Amino acid sequence: MDTDRLIQALAADSDTRARPVSWVLALALALAAPISTAVFAMQFGPREDWRAAMRNPFFDLKFVVMIALAVAATVLVLRLARPGAPIRRVSWLLGIPAGLIGIGVATDMMMPQQSAWSTRLIGSNSMICLAVIPLLSLPLLTAALIALRHGAPTRPALTGAVAGLMSAALAAILYAAHCFDDSPLFVATWYSLAIGVVTAAGALIGARVLRF
Amino acid sequence: MRERETEWTDLMRSANAGDSVAYHRLLKAITPVLRAATRRGLARSGQPVEQAEDIVQDILIAVHLKRHTWDPTAPFAPWLFAIARNKLIDALRRRGRRIFVNIDDFSETLAGAPQEDTLPPGEVASHLEQLPARQRDVLQSIAVDARSIKDTATKLSMTEGAVRVALHRGLSNLASKFGKE
Repeated sequence: MDTDRLIQALAADSDTRARPVSWVLALALALAAPISTAVFAMQFGPREDWRAAMRNPFFDLKFVVMIALAVAATVLVLRLARPGAPIRRVSWLLGIPAGLIGIGVATDMMMPQQSAWSTRLIGSNSMICLAVIPLLSLPLLTAALIALRHGAPTRPALTGAVAGLMSAALAAILYAAHCFDDSPLFVATWYSLAIGVVTAAGALIGARVLRF
Repeated sequence: MRERETEWTDLMRSANAGDSVAYHRLLKAITPVLRAATRRGLARSGQPVEQAEDIVQDILIAVHLKRHTWDPTAPFAPWLFAIARNKLIDALRRRGRRIFVNIDDFSETLAGAPQEDTLPPGEVASHLEQLPARQRDVLQSIAVDARSIKDTATKLSMTEGAVRVALHRGLSNLASKFGKE
């Protein structure tokens, strides 16, 4: 086909307007979040003492860190869906949740505790944490990857990884309400592992499905 | 070069505001630059430069279908070259070549060689054959026989709206057929 003619056809199609990727991603997450929330509510639910737990700053810190991580990953993934958009300028945002959990761990280590640090690290339900965060992130990751196909990620594996990070952080916000382990040591270890699994899955799937 | 890129950005902004003439001008203006850069990339990887036109067409379709990912407050050229580089790398990878794409391939300002008069049918043409009949007929009419949307509608006894829909679907389908052989 002649390139000039192709251009003619493209120009003839110029009045079709696609929605911004941010809009599509928001819609996809809004559809997937109720699924994750329903699974959470039916299978796990918030822990029984959650009202009392809210007075424990370490319980609250879990939410703050995961919300910060979800926001940072969302900003980053929207950048990655735009060809040529500089991502360095926003990647420092990921340092915020990392810094917060670092401060938490330092505080945890300095405070007098009833249990040894190794007990706090191992916690009481690390295996549940490793299973539930990926499970709850599944609908979110699926929706996010479908939405990101609407974008134009020139680095599909990285974009998939950050989509995984975002989905896992959102899932962890839910799971944190169920989890009895509030020690930042536990969160830094097991939440990170669980989130890492989802991030890796996002990278693997993204490399395949996000090429355009 | 700065001037050229500012002009592209302005044209794309007008295009987004609904100016299809500006959009046509923009696509015409970027094509020789894409062609020259693609040829350089192919030559550097030891590939025949005759394949450039297929890749240029792939880039143009991607630019068209992904133009909503361009941020109107940012310059147009970096966005365009990121897409072009991505498509060139993809094309070379599919041909099983080691990749030597230089970032400068897509920022030099050479006007580039004109398109050859006698082209082989090319990738787009062969993908065209595999499209659903209606999309193929519409694309054939507009892109090969150079008819307007209105004339195409009359010829195929379709409404103009239906022609527009078939055209857009046809182009999206073409895009997904690249990279699948």
